[in-house]
Amino acid sequence: MNEKTIKRRIFNNKLYKIFVFLFSFLSIIPLFLIIYFVLIRGIKYINLKFIFSMPKPMGEIGGGIFNAIVGSFIIVGVAALIAIPIGIIVGVFLSEYKEKKYTEIVKILVDTLQGIPSIVIGIIAYLWIVKPLRQFSAISGSIALSFIMLPLVIKSTEEVLNLVPVEIKEAAYALGAPYHRIVLKILLPSGSVGILTGTLIGISRILGETAPLLFTAFGNQFLNLNLLKPMNTIPYLIYVYATSPYKDWHNQAFAASTILIIIVLSINLFGRFMEKKWKM
Amino acid sequence: MRKDKVFKIVLLLSGFLIVALLSGIFLSLVFSSIPSIKEFGINFLFSKDWDPVNNKFGALPFIIGTLLTSVISLLISIPFSLSISIFLSEILKNKLISNIFQTFVELIAGIPSVIVGLWGLFILAPFMRTLQSKLGIQPIGVGIFTASIILSIMIIPYSASIGKEVISMVPIEVKEGAISLGATEFETLKSVTLPFSFNGIFAGFLLSFGRAFGETMAVTMVIGNSNKIPESIFSAGQTMASLIANEFTEATTKLYTSSLIEIGLILFIVSILINILGRLIIRRFSF
Amino acid sequence: MENVILKIINLNAYYGSQKVLKNVNLEIYENRVTTILGPSGCGKTTLIRCINRLHELSPGARIEGQILLKGEDLYQIEPMIVRQKIGMVFQKPNPFPTMTIYDNVIAGYILSGIKLSKEEKDKIVEESLIKSGLWDEVKESLFKKGTFLSGGQQQRLCIARALAMKPEILLLDEPTSALDPVATSIIEELIIELKKSVTTVLVTHNIGQAGRVSDYTAFFYLGELIEFGKTTEMFTVPKSKKTEEYLIGKIG
Repeated sequence: MNEKTIKRRIFNNKLYKIFVFLFSFLSIIPLFLIIYFVLIRGIKYINLKFIFSMPKPMGEIGGGIFNAIVGSFIIVGVAALIAIPIGIIVGVFLSEYKEKKYTEIVKILVDTLQGIPSIVIGIIAYLWIVKPLRQFSAISGSIALSFIMLPLVIKSTEEVLNLVPVEIKEAAYALGAPYHRIVLKILLPSGSVGILTGTLIGISRILGETAPLLFTAFGNQFLNLNLLKPMNTIPYLIYVYATSPYKDWHNQAFAASTILIIIVLSINLFGRFMEKKWKM
Repeated sequence: MRKDKVFKIVLLLSGFLIVALLSGIFLSLVFSSIPSIKEFGINFLFSKDWDPVNNKFGALPFIIGTLLTSVISLLISIPFSLSISIFLSEILKNKLISNIFQTFVELIAGIPSVIVGLWGLFILAPFMRTLQSKLGIQPIGVGIFTASIILSIMIIPYSASIGKEVISMVPIEVKEGAISLGATEFETLKSVTLPFSFNGIFAGFLLSFGRAFGETMAVTMVIGNSNKIPESIFSAGQTMASLIANEFTEATTKLYTSSLIEIGLILFIVSILINILGRLIIRRFSF
Repeated sequence: MENVILKIINLNAYYGSQKVLKNVNLEIYENRVTTILGPSGCGKTTLIRCINRLHELSPGARIEGQILLKGEDLYQIEPMIVRQKIGMVFQKPNPFPTMTIYDNVIAGYILSGIKLSKEEKDKIVEESLIKSGLWDEVKESLFKKGTFLSGGQQQRLCIARALAMKPEILLLDEPTSALDPVATSIIEELIIELKKSVTTVLVTHNIGQAGRVSDYTAFFYLGELIEFGKTTEMFTVPKSKKTEEYLIGKIG
């Protein structure tokens, strides 16, 4: 154990810390680069006209993204309407029936669902809804998105319900309350914040999803409120415009991305902030 | 109580719904792939002819493209992800800064894939083009390597947060045992902390790999969409997911669609395998 | 004739603004067992963690004063060197779970990147395990991981690990409080045996143990050194009232 190696070991220690520090900071630079470059190029094209008018035909300059904004709202809204109740029920099931073999299997399957690439979900929605109806439709897009949102709601619900102290349930039983009332009036309300955060994070996720919509909701030049017909959405519009040869459409893609990224990241941050409250 | 009985049945059925859903997904994919499986058999995986005109389909270029982009992006992400895990669990002690930093890392995962792709197409690709012309490589900007860089940025948060959780769980007694013997922090990390958390860290990287494997939009926009086997990592290519994204709506024949769905089936099976493997590793994790 | 090996001079230890050791002056004699005795919260663990400079790793921790090992100020040299000269065994046995028993014993060398030949390693492993009384029980399973060992055996493995570094002083922080009575008595016998080759400082709140194994005792209360002396004398005729109260169980 000589002096020379001690010096080298201290040096290596310092080097390791510098390396870790440097690489950690380098890792978050892309976040700022992406936000910066999108905002910088997109913000100047955002105005009320952009938000509230309809797209112009291909090749023409100008127009807006109103139909896509409406479409995103509708499709995400319907998807949430499907995913939230089912997600809560499955979440309650996983929390109330833990330790059973059947439950373990369902848990694994929920995880599996979460891991399926979103484009494959799109294929499924295509096979199950687009093909039978013989047309692209908003509802098929909503169903695809609901599959993606479902595991997120299920997991948050299950986690938050697991945190409810056993004593509270026992107190309710001791008062002679029937099981279904215990779940609906005691369990779910205690877990409401967790369920809400799962919902918010799920919504922020599906708002930005494009792949499952490529051959389900497809897109639409016009404003469409009919769930059984194709509907435009913001991410789909961004994709089509960005990969088109028109410079004006590129600019619009940046502008739409600016709007989308602000909405998605805000909901995400808010959901995260609330998550910290109940995960304590 | 009757209401309770009904209620409990609903709960149990909801579990069954999930089973039915996953089974249905699997069966649908298999069923719709049958025409392609019947036509090409196992050669589908090894043939490099993707020829819609002659109705002949082989998935090899896309399997290679997917493997290349996933593996390269994983390799690129490893030092960054490990650094973040170590930084957040071992080095940064201030709770507030730690939370803020972790939020930034996880926000990257929150950016919609199509927007990352947009950035990749309009900012990273031109940059790569300049870089490539300086290095004497064909300056196309897009391609396997660009897609891998984009992917690595996107997958870092997954392995980083799992790594951080796992490293934080190393008991302090074990670390103090090393320090009391005269080890530096680096030596403690190398010989004690990292081996202890190895399984969890590995599972985290597996998860990242799985994400890279199935990622669609960002890749589609920067991979160059060439259906040939890439000659180098700077060539244009195609992944399984980007192929489906590009060609699904153009598939004119039943066989064409079926082949694309078969590729979707491959993606599905691989994602399941990665999931199972990750769980097995985590289960054998505790000491 | 007692030889002073460690001298603690005017030591004050802090966690932030909270003073946990107050003006401690203490001499530790070579090849003797000195017990640091006292109720929980009296600062005994902090004291030994100041000796091997583990204390300063806690947020907001600092000291004033000096600790001299054979005349050398331990706070003027690299902490790593201090820790190589002073070994520590912890309350909860903490063998490294990812290493074999063999590697655990020479872990100090592995961690520091010190390269030894196979013969050197074998020699150190055998000597250290013999010294800690574990050799016969593990010599057939040296290359297994140590997790199958009982608590007492794991603790003796940790002792072997500390001894392998050939430290000048061995610090034992309540080494038997997590162990059963049989394992405890094995380790107590070991402590008595070990003092021939290494100076030992034992931290405990167990009066019986202090009486059984130590030559000298330092009684601490609320961060202050109340009394120091030969164990046999102190336990029969304590000089301070506090010491007496502790020994009869009135306090602590």
